[in-house]
This record gives sequence, C-alpha cells and structure tokens, in this order.
Amino acid sequence: MFYREAGQYKTNYIADSAIFPILQDRIAIAGFLAIAFVIIPYFGNDFFINSMMIPFLIFSLAAIGLNILTGYTGQISLGTGAFMGVGAYACYKMTSIFPDVNIMIPIVLSGFFSAGVGMIFGLPSLRIKGFYLIVTTLAAQFFLEWCFIRVAWLYNYNDSGAIEVPQRELLGWIVTGASATPTTRYLVVLSVVVAMTWVASNIIHGRIGRSWMMIRDMDIAAELMGVRPLFAKLSAFAVSSFYCGVAGAMMVFFWLGAAEVESFDVNHSFLILFMVILGGLGSLLGSFLGAAFIWMLPIIIRAVPDIIGLNINAATVEHINFMIIGGLIIFFLIIEPHGLARLWAIAKQKLRVWPFPY
Amino acid sequence: MNTPVSGKVFEVANGLHARSANDDGIADGDELLVADNVSLSFGGVKAIQNIGFDILKGEIRAIIGPNGAGKTSMLNVINGFYHPQEGTITFKGEKRSKIRPYMAASQGISRTFQNVALFNGMTTLDNIMAGRTLKMHRNFFWQMFRHGPALNEEIEHRRAVEEIIDFLEIEAIRKTPVGQLPYGLQKRVELGRALAAEPTLLLLDEPMAGMNLEEKEDMSRFILDVNSQLGTTIALIEHDMGVVMDLADRVVVLDYGKKIADGLPTEVQKDQNVIDAYLGVPH
Repeated sequence: MFYREAGQYKTNYIADSAIFPILQDRIAIAGFLAIAFVIIPYFGNDFFINSMMIPFLIFSLAAIGLNILTGYTGQISLGTGAFMGVGAYACYKMTSIFPDVNIMIPIVLSGFFSAGVGMIFGLPSLRIKGFYLIVTTLAAQFFLEWCFIRVAWLYNYNDSGAIEVPQRELLGWIVTGASATPTTRYLVVLSVVVAMTWVASNIIHGRIGRSWMMIRDMDIAAELMGVRPLFAKLSAFAVSSFYCGVAGAMMVFFWLGAAEVESFDVNHSFLILFMVILGGLGSLLGSFLGAAFIWMLPIIIRAVPDIIGLNINAATVEHINFMIIGGLIIFFLIIEPHGLARLWAIAKQKLRVWPFPY
Repeated sequence: MNTPVSGKVFEVANGLHARSANDDGIADGDELLVADNVSLSFGGVKAIQNIGFDILKGEIRAIIGPNGAGKTSMLNVINGFYHPQEGTITFKGEKRSKIRPYMAASQGISRTFQNVALFNGMTTLDNIMAGRTLKMHRNFFWQMFRHGPALNEEIEHRRAVEEIIDFLEIEAIRKTPVGQLPYGLQKRVELGRALAAEPTLLLLDEPMAGMNLEEKEDMSRFILDVNSQLGTTIALIEHDMGVVMDLADRVVVLDYGKKIADGLPTEVQKDQNVIDAYLGVPH
C-alpha cells in the first residue's frame, strides 16, 4: 500500500542505477541505522547488546565475507573459521608489538594478513571447482588450526595457549579489555560493520563485482568478455578473507575478550556457511538475515519458557531449541531454496503490486 | 525499421577511451583474419584438418556444414579456446601465438554461443554492461566508494549500453534477470553483450537456432544493421540455408573437418561437393 514506486521518476542514469532506487527503501535503511546507532545503545541492556547484537554484527560481517566468495563468485569455501583466526591472531600480535597504536589500525591491517593467506589458499580455485575446492579450503582450515596450536609465537608463548585481549583505547575511550562497556564495544563494531557493508555493496555493484558474478554464472563466457579468471577469483578470495579477518579480529577484541583455537574451528566455518545459505547466496541483506536467524533465534527461544513462566529444566529447553531451529531451517529452505533474502524480495514485489496479483 | 541511433554507439565510445572497429589500420576489403592450414585434433579425433580461409574486413562470412563438420571448433580456435596443433591464425596482420580467450577479447574478437551462455543471475542491463568489462579501467580504490571517477565511468558506459538496448529494441526487459527471458530474447541479449565490446570481428555461432520465422527475420535485420551501420566484420555459423544465402557475402563449407568449398553463396549452392555433403551420396 505504502510501498510503491509510482510517481518516483528517474531522469538520469545515476538515479536509475542507485543501489536503493525506491524512496521507501532509503527511508527504511535510515530508520534501521537510527535504531542501531541511537535507540539500541540508549535502551538496550548489557545482555542484549553483549550476547545478541555484538555477535550478530560480527557474524554478519563474516557472512558478508563468505557471501562475496560463495554467493557472488561461486567458489565454495569451508575455511572461513580459519581466516577469521588469521585476522584475530594477526591483530593480537600487532597490538602486542605496537601497544600504543590506535586499536583500529591493527584491526584493519589484520584483514590484509587474512587476505594474503586467503589468496594463497585460493590458488587451487584456478584449476578446480565445486566439491573439490571445498576439500582444499578444508585443508586451509586444518593447516591454520594446526598453526594456531603449534606456533607458540602467535599467542606470545602463553602457557594457556590462548590469546587474551589487552586493554586498548580509541580516542580516549576504553574499547577493549574487561573494563570496556558493552555499549562502547557495540558502537565500534556497528560502525565498522556499517562502513564495510557500504564498501562491499559498492564493489559488488561496480565492474569488479560484475566480473565476480560473470565467473560465477558462466566462466567461459566471462573469459571471452575479457575477465581474467586468475584476477577475478583471487580478488574474490582476497576481499572475502579480508572481511573474515576483520570479523575474526573484532570477534576476539570486542566480543570474546579471549580466544583459543576452538573459536576458529571448522564448526565456525559451517556456522557461517549455514548463515549464508539460509540468508541467501549472493545477497548482502541475506548475510544479515542469516546471521540474525542462526544467532539470535536460539537465544530468543531459550528465553521464552522463563518469560511465560514455564518451569522446564535447561537441558530440555536446549533440546527443544535444536528441534525448533532445525525444523525452521528445513521449512524455510523448502519454501524458498534461495534463502530469506529471496523471500523478502518476493514479499516486496507483492507489496508493490498490491492489491493486484501482478 | 532501422534505428539511426545505433551509430552513436561509436561516437560515445570514441568520446571515452575505446578503440572503435575502424581505427586498426585495415581498410574495408582487406584481410582481417587469415587461417592458414589449421589442424586440430582431440586424441584420435581430427576435428579440423588443414583448413585455410580468410575473412575480409567489413564482410559477412558464413561458415556452414553438416553437424560435426568442425564449425564450432573453428570458432573456438579463432577465439583462443583451442590451440591448433598445426597451422597459424593471422589477425589484423599479426601472426599470433598461443593466446587465452581474454586476450582474443582484448584484440577485438567477440562472440555469441550456440547454447545461450548468458549470466543467468544478472539482469539484461548487467549482462550487456558485462560486455564492456574491457573498456572499464577504474581501479579497486575508486570502486570501493562508487563515487567520482568510478561512478562517472559507470554512467558513461551505461549510456553506451542504453544505445545497444535501443538498437536491439529490448528496452522493456532492461531490469529483468535474463534467466526469466524467453529463448529468442536471450539470443538477442547475447548479441547485445557481444556488441557492447565493440568488436572488430564478431563471431556468431548459430544465432537463429530454435527461432521461429519472425524471430529469425528480426535477428537477420540486426545482423545486417550491425554489419552496415557499425562496420563490424561478422563470421556466422548457421544451418538455415535461406538465411545464409541472403546474409552472407561469402561462404566457406566444411565437412568432416575439411574444407570442401569456398566462395560466393551462389557458387557454393551449385557446388557438387556441397550438395553431396548435405544430401549424401550412394556408396
């Protein structure tokens, strides 16, 4: 009813090729940003911010990273967890070597380390595709996990084998370590995620993003149009790993506070892959929806018995939780195999023509 | 209906930084591409045996022959997908060594495929924009911000793409994902994508396969317009003899990987070897 583009005429190509051409979409985005930046920090309690919003944003960023590789370039990877680990360990090493440097610099630089490692493990993609590529990225996962355990230099020879986040300040605010408040950490994470999502959207809508999608849809024709598979695939691996690396660094520095190899194991790779598949391959919105579904829904379901006053023991709640989430994943994938983002697109299309069917 | 606007494609392109089809120093009627004694085999299968022919600039050259004659293999050799074991390809006067398809593209060779090979997840507009990949140069840094030079470049190419959309009369499906389009329109979009690269030599692999009469007439008109208005040299594989005889300036006929005839359509039509190849001979 209200979601109409009627009357919104485009008179130049810039307006026509805008990323959100419909006015109502732009208003909605502005509204979401206002809620995220103002209302949540102001009204949200520590549990909501620390256990739901921060991890949701970090996993969304990792999901965007994997989506660039899998959804946009068509190269399936199971090394996401390890690439996040590379970012986390790189950031930890950099901030221990240069403790006085603004913490955001190692966070961003850690992405470049991850990008470099990602490109090396992306090299096999020039020769192999599909399931076989999964196996080589799995090799990356196991090799890097081995490094995180065996190369003691990475965790500064700690006896525990874990990396512990030191206290760091950003413009006078304590943003990492035990005394940083959830709200401060949330705002830092949110700013990084919003900025990087904007950049990802720009890349995807430009020449480079198109060359990724060309490789995904028809690699022979892409090569014939002048796309060099070497450059397209490796740049996708690099950008994807960059995003995963920054997400990994933020996961440790702004959320967990301390981490060891278990935080970057293959289960995490699967978790992010499920977020991408459920949210929608080849959709930035899908990365957020998938992360919200897989991370937030279990927490909400866990809280329901308490809220309605049912006294069920915790183990039972957890089992029921698994059943509901599993059932919902199957349900959503059956009604729309292309993920939640496609469902949303269909809903929007229906709204545009409402009350007529088409 | 001829769309006069199509001529602007080159004006716009020349205004940018692109090479047009006409500035490569080869006059109309000179040899643009020469295949000399080319042989290609896959294991024991000899797909092409000692084939030699030339394509003159500005002409429409048809390559015909029964199924399995080696026509598509020949296009793949010209494209750089296959590397002939013997013989040479000379393009624009330069004998070329082993090349990759993207290098052929940057030399000005563009093509369509026998089975439509569009980018199904992308819209018509993006597919045709994809054809301009080689003409876009803004680096990663500018792309990240989609502002200033990167945005200007995007819009300039959008304008050139819109000329092609006008030319092919596909305005209505601009924003439709190509996977949802009917076959005839997909073929048309694929032609648009190949044209977006502003090729010197356009290779069309069965552009009219599976089309009805009206669609064939449309496609024939587009091919003639591309040839006459844009000055693009066209090499065409086609099974519909009526189309070939009407469109082609010269025809080369292949059978079992060998060249059996080469000449004007009217000559080829009467050639006994060609008639035998198509109709069979008593053994």
